[in-house]
Amino acid sequence: MRQTCNSDGGVGSTENVQARGITLLSIFVDTPTAEPNPETKLLADFKTDTHLRKVYLAGREYLNKEGQTSVSPLIGKIMQQICTDPTLCPEYPSSFGLPEFTRRATELVLGRDCHAIVENRVLGVQTVGCTGAVRLGAELLKHWYNVSGVWCGPVYLSSPCDDSLAGIFEAAGIQDVRRYRYWDTEQRGVGVQKMMEDLEMAPEQSVIVLSASAHCPTGSDLSQKHWRLLTQLMVRCRFFPFFLLPAQGLCHGDFQQDAWPVRLCASLGMELLCAQSFSHSFGLYGERVGHLLCVLKQSSTLLAVQSQAEKQVRALWSRPSVRGARVVATVLSNPAHHVEWQEGVKSMVERGILVRERLREKLRLLGCPGSWDHLIQQGGLYCCTGLNVQQVEFLEKRRHIYLHPNGCLNPQFCLAAPPGSLQRRHTPKLAVWLCLSTHRIIRVSCLRSPLPSL
Amino acid sequence: IMSIFAEVPQAPPVAVFKLTADFREDTHAQKVNLGTYRTDDCLPWVLPVVKKVEQMIVEDNSLNHEYLPILGLPELRSAASKVALGDDSPAIKDGRVGAVQALGGTGALRIGAEFLRRWYNGTNNTATPVYVSAPTWENHNAVFSDAGFKDIRPYHYWDGEKKGLDVTGIMDDLENAPEHSIFVLHACAHNPTGTDPTPDEWKMISEVMKRRKLFVFFDSAYQGFASGSLDKDAWAIRYFVSEGFELLCAQSFSKNFGLYNERVGNLTVVAQDKDNLARVLSQMEKIVRTTWSNPPSQGARIVAITLNNPDLFIEWKGNVKTMADRVLLMRDQLKAKLIALGTPGTWDHITQQIGMFSFTGLNPKQVQYMIKEKHVYLMASGRINMCGLTSKNIDYVAESIHETVSKVQ
Repeated sequence: MRQTCNSDGGVGSTENVQARGITLLSIFVDTPTAEPNPETKLLADFKTDTHLRKVYLAGREYLNKEGQTSVSPLIGKIMQQICTDPTLCPEYPSSFGLPEFTRRATELVLGRDCHAIVENRVLGVQTVGCTGAVRLGAELLKHWYNVSGVWCGPVYLSSPCDDSLAGIFEAAGIQDVRRYRYWDTEQRGVGVQKMMEDLEMAPEQSVIVLSASAHCPTGSDLSQKHWRLLTQLMVRCRFFPFFLLPAQGLCHGDFQQDAWPVRLCASLGMELLCAQSFSHSFGLYGERVGHLLCVLKQSSTLLAVQSQAEKQVRALWSRPSVRGARVVATVLSNPAHHVEWQEGVKSMVERGILVRERLREKLRLLGCPGSWDHLIQQGGLYCCTGLNVQQVEFLEKRRHIYLHPNGCLNPQFCLAAPPGSLQRRHTPKLAVWLCLSTHRIIRVSCLRSPLPSL
Repeated sequence: IMSIFAEVPQAPPVAVFKLTADFREDTHAQKVNLGTYRTDDCLPWVLPVVKKVEQMIVEDNSLNHEYLPILGLPELRSAASKVALGDDSPAIKDGRVGAVQALGGTGALRIGAEFLRRWYNGTNNTATPVYVSAPTWENHNAVFSDAGFKDIRPYHYWDGEKKGLDVTGIMDDLENAPEHSIFVLHACAHNPTGTDPTPDEWKMISEVMKRRKLFVFFDSAYQGFASGSLDKDAWAIRYFVSEGFELLCAQSFSKNFGLYNERVGNLTVVAQDKDNLARVLSQMEKIVRTTWSNPPSQGARIVAITLNNPDLFIEWKGNVKTMADRVLLMRDQLKAKLIALGTPGTWDHITQQIGMFSFTGLNPKQVQYMIKEKHVYLMASGRINMCGLTSKNIDYVAESIHETVSKVQ
C-alpha cells in the first residue's frame, strides 16, 4: 500500500498527483464502511424526513413538562456553585473516579447497611456512563473470570436488549454472546417460563446480563417472586449475574425497589457486577456519569481486583471526567438535596405513568384491538407496544412516526414539540396511528379520508 | 464456594501514583514532589480563560445536557484538528481531515489503536509491530497491548551517555523495522526525556518512514506548552502531513488547558481523501460506541468555545505562553544554580530539553538518595517535572541535587 510521494514537498492533493501519473493507494483503502448504528440510522432517517408532522419516539432521554431535556433547578444551582468554588482543583481524579461519588453510588444500590459494604468486599469504579461500566466489567471478566486461561464466555443477553450490548462484550474480546428469551409478544410481557428454560440450558459459570428494573428496551420487568426463582437457578448453576441499572428510581419511584434484585443477590452472598448510570435520574446525559459496582465473596480478593480494574481503566480512558460525578456526589451526600432530588425523580415517574395511561386510554376509546394494559404495567423510560416489524415499518414509512424496529418507544416523546413548530401533544395522533397500524385493513380506507379529530 | 476472583493477582502499582502516595505520607517540612504534574505547593493553574468560559457555559440557558454525538462535539473536533494542523492546512481544505473526540490523550490513543488493530495492514492483524520510544510514557505499552497488538517493541531514543537523542539508533530501528510497522512519535516535549528531534532530524525520520511504508501515529499532549508557540510545537505534525503521510494524531488538552479532570482529547485523522476518511470515521464510531458510547461534554465545550472565538483564542494562547514561560524560567534558574554551586557534571541538558519533563541524568541510586535523604521525589528514571519547581523550593532542590551527585555515584 503506497502513500503519496510528492517530490516538491508540497501537499499531495489528489488531482496534482494523478496528473503526474503517480498511482495513489490509501492505506485505508480496504477499510469498509461500518454498518450504521441502528439508532443513529433511525434518527438520520427522521431528520431527512420532510413530512411536517413527523414524530420521533425512539429517544433515549427523559423529557420535562415542556417536552425538553432539562436539569432541575437544584442541579443547576449546584453546577453554578461548583463553577465558582475556589477550593476545587482541576487535578486528575484517580482512575476509580471521585471517592465520594463511588461511595454514594454504591450505597444507593446496595443500601448503606449491606453486609458486603460492611465487610469491605465491594469495589466501586466511576465510569464513562453505563457503556463504560459494562465495558470495564466485560474487561474484568475477560481477564480474570478464568485465571487458568482466557475466558471467552458465554455471556447471555436478554432478547431484546440494548443494541450496543453485544458489541461491548465483543469489543472486550468475548465472542460467545448468546440470548435468552425475555419479551413474549403474545403475553406482552416477560415470558418467564421460556426465560428459565433457556437459562437452564446455559453452561455452568455463564455470565447472565440482567436488567434490575426498567428493562431496556421493553420496560417489562420480573416480579419479586420470579426474581427469587431466578436467583435460586443462578446459585444452583453457578451463574454470574451482571446487572444493568441505568435508571434507579425511575421505574417505581422507589430507589430500594428498583435495586431490589441486586440487593437480593448480595444478601444471598453472591458475587455480582452492576453497571449504573445517573444520566436519566439527574438529566446529566452529556456528562456521562456511570458506575461499576463489583460485589466480591471475600474481602481478601478486593485489593487484587481493584488493582486489575485500575489497570484496565488506565488503558481505556485513564481517568473519568469529573464534573457530572461531582454534581451527583454533592446531591447524594447532602440529606436535604437528596430528598429534593428524590422528590424530583418521583414526579418524573408520575409524569411517565400519566403519559402511558393517556395513551392506553386513547387506544381503548378508539377501540383498538388487543389489550394495551402492558403499557402501564411496564416501567421506566421505555415501553414495548408489541407492534410487529411490519406495523412499525408502516408507522415509519406511511405515517412518519419513528419507533425502534422492535416496537419499543419512549412514551415521553409523545409530548415533545416537533421541530420548528408550536407545542403539540401527539398522544391522540399516536394513538390513532398505533390503532390503525394494528388494523391494516382499516388503514387502507383511512388513508384516503381525513384524520378523525379527537 | 470460592470467589471467582480468588486467584486474581495484584497488579504492580503504577510507579507515578506510588510516588505521589509516598510523597503524601512524607511529613518532612521541605518535601518537594517533582514526580508528577503538581505538588501540594504548586496547584495546577486554573487558566483565566477557562474560568471565564466555564462561567459563560453555566450561565448559558440554551445549552442542554443531552448526549453528545458518538464522535463528539463537532465544534471541538474541527477546531482541535485545526490547532494541530494549522488554520490554512491544505489537508483540511481538501476535506481529508477528520477527528474523534476522546477521553483525553489516552482515549484518543486507544481509539486509534483499536482502529489500527482491526483495519490496518490487513484485517485484525494483531502481529503488526508497534514501536514506542525507549523510554516512553509508561501507558503507551498498555494502551496498544490492550487494543490487541501482540508485538510492541522499543525504538532507540535516549542516549544516556550524551544525554541527548540517539539519532543513529532511531535511524537504524526505522531502517530495520518490518514494513507497515506502526511508530508512536511524540509530536513535541517528549515524555519523559524532554528531548525532541531537530527539524532536520525529523526530515530524516520522515524520509525513511515514507520509503519503508511505516505508519505515523503522533502523540501530541503538550502543544503550546513546550515552546510557548502552538505553531512551533506542531511543526513535526504539519511537516509529515505536508509530506503526504496519512496519519493519526492523538491530542490532549489536559495540560495546555489545565483541564486534567475533564478529559478532553481528540484523535485527528488525516487520510488520502474524503472517501477513505469517511470509512475510517465510520469504523471509529463503531469502536467508540462499545467503549464509552458518547464522550463527556463539559471539557469539550470549554475547549471548543475557546478555540472558536478569536478573542478567547488569543487569550488562551497568552495563558499557555505564561505556563510555558514559567517552565523555561525554572529550567534557566535550575541550571544556573547548579552551575553556581559547582555541581559535578554538565547541566546544559536542563535548558536544551523542552516541555514539562527533564531527564536529569540522575541514576537510580541517586534518585533513592534524593527521595530518602532529601525528601525530593522524582521518578526512578531521573525524570523531574519542572512544574514542581517554584521560587520557594528551587534553591532547596538545586542544593539537594548538588549534594546527591557529590555524595552518591
